[in-house]
Amino acid sequence: MRPEDLLRPSPRGLYCPVGDFYIDPTRAVPRALITHAHSDHARPGHGEVLATRETLDLMALRMGPSHAGATQAIGYGESLDIGGVRVTAHPAGHVLGSAQFALTWHGCSIVASGDYKDAYDPTCTPFVPVRCDVFISEATFGLPVFRHPLAADETAKLLNSLQVFPERAHLVGAYSLGKAQRVMALLRAAGYDAPIYVHGALAAISAYYAERGIALGEIRPAADAPKAAFAGAVVIAPPAAITDLWSRRFPDPVTAFASGWMRVRARARQRGVELPLVISDHADWDGLIAATRATGCTELWVTHGAEDALVHWAGAAGLGARPLHMVGYGDEDAEAPPEPASEAPAVPPEDAA
Amino acid sequence: MNRFAALLDRLAYEPGRNAKIRLMADYFRATPDPERGLALAALTGALSFANAKPGLIRALIMERTDPVLFAMSYDYVGDLSETVALMWPAPPAAGRPDRAPLLSEIVGALADLPKRDLPTQLAAWLDGLDDTGRWALLKLITGSLRVGASARLAKTAVAALGDLPPDAVELVWPGLAPPYLDLFAWVEGRAGRPETDDPAPFRPVMLAHAVEPGDFGTLDPADFAAEWKWDGIRIQAVAGRAADGDRVVRLYSRTGEDMSAAFPDLCEALDFDGALDGELLVRREGRVQSFNLLQQRLNRKAVTPRLLKEFPAHMRAYDLLVEDGEDLRELPYAARRDRLATLVMRLASPRLDLSPEVPFANWTTLAAARADPAAAGAGVDSEAVEGLMLKRRDSLYLPGRPKGPWWKWKRDPHTVDAVLMYAQRGHGKRSSFYSDYTFGVWTAGAEGEVLVPVGKAYFGFTDAELKEIDRFVRANTVNRFGPVREVLHTPDQGLVLEVAFEGLARSTRHRSGVAMRFPRIARLRWDKPPREADRLEQLEALLREG
Repeated sequence: MRPEDLLRPSPRGLYCPVGDFYIDPTRAVPRALITHAHSDHARPGHGEVLATRETLDLMALRMGPSHAGATQAIGYGESLDIGGVRVTAHPAGHVLGSAQFALTWHGCSIVASGDYKDAYDPTCTPFVPVRCDVFISEATFGLPVFRHPLAADETAKLLNSLQVFPERAHLVGAYSLGKAQRVMALLRAAGYDAPIYVHGALAAISAYYAERGIALGEIRPAADAPKAAFAGAVVIAPPAAITDLWSRRFPDPVTAFASGWMRVRARARQRGVELPLVISDHADWDGLIAATRATGCTELWVTHGAEDALVHWAGAAGLGARPLHMVGYGDEDAEAPPEPASEAPAVPPEDAA
Repeated sequence: MNRFAALLDRLAYEPGRNAKIRLMADYFRATPDPERGLALAALTGALSFANAKPGLIRALIMERTDPVLFAMSYDYVGDLSETVALMWPAPPAAGRPDRAPLLSEIVGALADLPKRDLPTQLAAWLDGLDDTGRWALLKLITGSLRVGASARLAKTAVAALGDLPPDAVELVWPGLAPPYLDLFAWVEGRAGRPETDDPAPFRPVMLAHAVEPGDFGTLDPADFAAEWKWDGIRIQAVAGRAADGDRVVRLYSRTGEDMSAAFPDLCEALDFDGALDGELLVRREGRVQSFNLLQQRLNRKAVTPRLLKEFPAHMRAYDLLVEDGEDLRELPYAARRDRLATLVMRLASPRLDLSPEVPFANWTTLAAARADPAAAGAGVDSEAVEGLMLKRRDSLYLPGRPKGPWWKWKRDPHTVDAVLMYAQRGHGKRSSFYSDYTFGVWTAGAEGEVLVPVGKAYFGFTDAELKEIDRFVRANTVNRFGPVREVLHTPDQGLVLEVAFEGLARSTRHRSGVAMRFPRIARLRWDKPPREADRLEQLEALLREG
């Protein structure tokens, strides 16, 4: 048998014909395994959804409780039999609740890792490499120029800027699920204990993180605060909001953006960022390679991102490698921002990132 | 070097002038000598070490990375120094330098490093630096560093360290050299003011405010002298004798940049001792040429004999700040003017003349002169007149832009009704606004009437107008290209902008073949349908007149 008999790319996403289910399908399907709650991986309208408790809760929070016909939670390390295929969930370290799914069937094992990172993140369970024959990896930052610095050092840049410009609001663009809460946790870990102001799109998710025991300190809605409160304050908002209508309420803000893309100057300049913070929830080049090696796989399938470079590396390293050319997945920071047509609404639509 | 690199990096992203000053002042405060002095030298362009060619950098990275991965990365990043800085592999722990190299170590070593040792030395430095440090070093060493701050701003930041006025550092600067230990000691109050022995130092210039129609009611014509405002470049010519007896002549821009090297013809002709304030022009066959011709002499790497012959430089003087060691800046304008007239007559140089005064009885007659300079004494040079200068006869020569003693009264600008085609987001405070506008005029295309872009403007409008245009752009976007939006511009739908500009030049870089000087948005013509906007032919006619 071939690994493709167990799992193969299809127009709707990765499909397992043996168990008749999809992983992170881009369209509504009868049965879906969802690796994490970002909108390019978790879509509404599926019949049955299997995911971690946190992913299911976050999906309900973002898409409403009736986003799927039925849901089932699976914990890290737990296994299920689906039509003869053994499915096990493992932590992916991407955002709260993110999972990799290991599929085994007739002695063949495939790990679909979703989005993952191997860097320190106090807001989610760390990534664990899982032994397998075929490792399916993303390659969002799959070029050797992407080597993310320590997130703590990037946080120090932000704190330093707060010192140099104590009268200016520091507006940090961060994706509303995961990145925003990670930035909060990083600031707290660095000893920053002032209230952090947030855009409306982040409030509910941040509250959920806190509910799950992830300490984010005092979070206040920016909408309710008087202008004077923003002097020297950190304000976190979805990336699209920091240079758009919403940002006009802040006098002379420093605009920062927390994203792996900030490593490349042209990308930072294009977005009009004054303080780029290279903080990423995706593995960098070294991380992709280390993760692949740690699985002991003989074959690497690359779903999306800079597939060519990673496939080239794998070939040179003696692995079978193929790009899957999957469409419909992006990295959350690069999504085209939907823009409100009218003047400055207090809360832009969800996913305004 | 890492800290200096971090400063350069931050300056490149920071749009605000005051914020840049703060960042630099903060760096100077926190960094010891001589590192900060060398950094200041790099920021002001006094230090350049373009030792390495891109080929060397490429060779270094090829030895260390997979060529295919390098090619993919370079293709993605688009900048050699940045690509190499980002993908430079960390050396094994054993071979890693225990600390990053200092800027002073790099500058010191490069001064007498044999060329064959450069690759090894450069690689060792790159091993020791972080990615921003590598980026800055590679930019410096290939001579392609663009500092996100002017030399003047860097000097202002040094002055800010000691709460000195911005010009204080400018005044002592010509006598100083890297690493500027005496300068920092002075601004920090640890030593006296550095004495300059420069025989030809720059003096901060005096600038004028624009006069508004309402101002004339409060001004008495009898208090003022008027001169033509020339469309050239403000320069200060300073000449003196060095301690060793050599003559030194320098031409400074109004911000104190030394421009002497580009104008040897003019320097040679200035045989005096003192400091003149005036306008740099190109004068041919007894006639001042347009600004476009003067531009031929600017930003040239080499001054060729052909350039000198075709575009002879000329100075039209209008003030005298120092003569034979005597500082005249404390004298009233009228007295300085008498001294200036005597000096210019005595020098009798074909490359130096006196900017004539424009006689007038009252503001009405002066307005007539402004409207028709040719008839009011400017004669053949009238095309190079861009308005009038009004100077109080009793005004002292004060640095900066004091309000009251000097006024500029520019000619009415040209205007064109153009159609908004593209809008781009601004920076800093304007980052949430579409505030940079590309506009076009009609011309005959292959398939009928089309708009061709003729310029770009990002000021001239009020805050309220900016909001209106921003709202229009958002509601009428037809296409997006990154931060740029194409807006609706059909004969019947779109926004007509009245654009004011100072002049027009032929340009091969613009599709329309014309380039505007100093374009700004004068009015929003919501009342005017785009089909009634102006045509390219009207602009071309203006070119022929000029």
